[in-house]
Amino acid sequence: MSAQKPIEFSGACPIPISQYPQVLMAHGGGGKLMHQLIGKMFLAAFSNPLLDTQHDAAVAELTGKKIAFTTDSYVVRPMFFPGGDIGSMAVHGTVNDLAMAGARPIYLSSAFIIEEGLPMETLWKIVCSMRDAAEKCGVQIITGDTKVVDKGKGDGVFINTAGIGVIEHGQKITPQNVQAGDAILVSGDLGRHGMAIMAVREGLQFESQIESDSAPVHEIILQLLKAGIEIHCLRDLTRGGLTSALNEIAEAAKRTLLVEEKAIPVREDVHTACEILGLDPLQVACEGRFVAFVAAKDSERALQILRSDEAGTSAALIGKVAGKSSPLVTLKSVIGANRILDMPSGEQLPRIC
Amino acid sequence: MKFLDEYRDGELAQQFAREIRRIKTRPWNIMEICGGQTHAIVKFGIDELLPEKITLIHGPGCPVCVTPLEMIDRALEIAARPDVIFASFGDMLRVPGSTTDLLSVKASGGDIRIVYSPLDAVKLAEQNPAKEVVFFGVGFETTAPATALAVYQAAQKKLNNFSMLISHVLVPPAMEALLSSPNCRVQGFLAAGHVCAVMGYEEYFSIAKKYSVPVVVTGFEPLDILQGILMTVQQLESGRAEVENQYSRAVKREGNQSAQDLMKKVFQIVPRKWRGVGEIPQSGLGLGEKYAAFDAEKKFGVADHRVEESADCWSGLVLQGQIKPHECPAFGSKCTPEHPLGATMVSSEGACAAYYRYRRMPDLIGAK
Repeated sequence: MSAQKPIEFSGACPIPISQYPQVLMAHGGGGKLMHQLIGKMFLAAFSNPLLDTQHDAAVAELTGKKIAFTTDSYVVRPMFFPGGDIGSMAVHGTVNDLAMAGARPIYLSSAFIIEEGLPMETLWKIVCSMRDAAEKCGVQIITGDTKVVDKGKGDGVFINTAGIGVIEHGQKITPQNVQAGDAILVSGDLGRHGMAIMAVREGLQFESQIESDSAPVHEIILQLLKAGIEIHCLRDLTRGGLTSALNEIAEAAKRTLLVEEKAIPVREDVHTACEILGLDPLQVACEGRFVAFVAAKDSERALQILRSDEAGTSAALIGKVAGKSSPLVTLKSVIGANRILDMPSGEQLPRIC
Repeated sequence: MKFLDEYRDGELAQQFAREIRRIKTRPWNIMEICGGQTHAIVKFGIDELLPEKITLIHGPGCPVCVTPLEMIDRALEIAARPDVIFASFGDMLRVPGSTTDLLSVKASGGDIRIVYSPLDAVKLAEQNPAKEVVFFGVGFETTAPATALAVYQAAQKKLNNFSMLISHVLVPPAMEALLSSPNCRVQGFLAAGHVCAVMGYEEYFSIAKKYSVPVVVTGFEPLDILQGILMTVQQLESGRAEVENQYSRAVKREGNQSAQDLMKKVFQIVPRKWRGVGEIPQSGLGLGEKYAAFDAEKKFGVADHRVEESADCWSGLVLQGQIKPHECPAFGSKCTPEHPLGATMVSSEGACAAYYRYRRMPDLIGAK
């Protein structure tokens, strides 16, 4: 009898059970727990060179053409909020993920998971909003799927969209391409989407309504590319906001990033709402904003282009990439002292006092 | 932002720092009581502006941190009951009990809701008559009036499905406990501005006199804190031990009388265990006899939990100002905000969490 190779038990859950045996909301919050889940479970299981770049969209070559491919799911509550709704967001979010690779978005898919009992009228409103958003973005929704789940097993409607775009530039836009001396730009004021949602959820009323910043950003990025701006990395500022995005990039690029709190644009009403709710505007989600790492020589020109866009009038240079190779983000506070800008742990939890 | 940016002015901050440096002739240890102030100090880097040997000691003023482990365990037990909606401030959800935390109880099906005000919990009770709604009342004198108002309203509305798990604590007895300790290094206090907005500051006169220690009622913005430190150093340098009010835009000597009246109506003063410190007599608020029907501990007959803290966690020493967070061997290794050993790491206002979030670089965890 030939010696049998011992069976290798490798099916153990990679996330130690002693820590969190169940999935918590924080595992989807855009912070450290989510990154741990993605790193130890999904990346470990599916690892390949394209996935491992951990970009918003994967860039691959198909029959000699470079394409970008991405997917995202939308579960936002409330489904309708000032400045947008789950339908338009499902288009903008995926278009923006493609844009982060510098791609021109072409096709989307859309999959609906609908809860039994959802009024047809509500669904129609969402579908119309998706149609209008797709038209505005110049993309077509070319395939889809429909599932209905029992009442109580969903929450109105969840939408997944995947997107394909073509890459027509020769630049390498990935976190790994971030270089010492790069200028760090943000494309507009931060935190409006998250606070628009929170204000509705918490019933907060301000003098004027905070509207979500949900919007497509691919046009402005294509303009940057057309102008020959040397872009090294782009990332949209969704869950976890600027703080998460900068930490992800610092980690992937193995670079220290230096940012100035004073230079970061946050609108006054957003800042006020954050103070009231005990939240950090730098951790609040946006849906139409991104951070760009560009060669220092191009930063002024890039800023001009960003500011020429209606949504980007408050675009700003917020910092630079340091020479040091340790992955870290430091923030110079408004009173001039330095501190770490750390990745949030899980969801932002409102403070007591 | 209006009414905020003017308290975060970098140039004025430097001016205060220069003045502190100018008048200081020897080392001083000053304790900020409140976790909100600790958070601001570390977040804005206020201590980095101070001259050497002006040391800020971070006090026990984070209500999340000092809530005793057995109280968290009681909360976990009640929150896991299928007939209960458990309402809490968001901060408390990540605090580890002996075996789990409220976030995990929620993931297992517990109906746990984050509320911004105890009055929201009263609303929940009205909207869900078939459920028991329990509010986790934690905090200092700052949040106590809102808790009192919720109980008062629930009584007026004759809600019999509403109750509270109460772990309110009082600042002045904790200051006295610290000052009576033989290891006490504190030479001056920044008193918590928001506590004083409710309570006024008359109760500090006897403390300042008895222990010859200056007490300056201080706000929470960078310039407030720097001015509070300056006023404390001025007193220390001139040998005075008085009660002064830096935060006069929010604090009156007598405080908020109607809030105090309501607290007196609803609460009675009780001994309270502080996590990391121990039991301090007369340092807590519990429901008065008239409102005993709203006491969740009595209503649910929760077991008396006997618990032991992790031996690796030195949060007691941190809370008493004996060590700085990074001097604990578990800091940043066994103990992180994702997997906290003690409450000072879990609450965003806890000193350990503040140091971990803002100060993990070796060159930032300096001498101060």
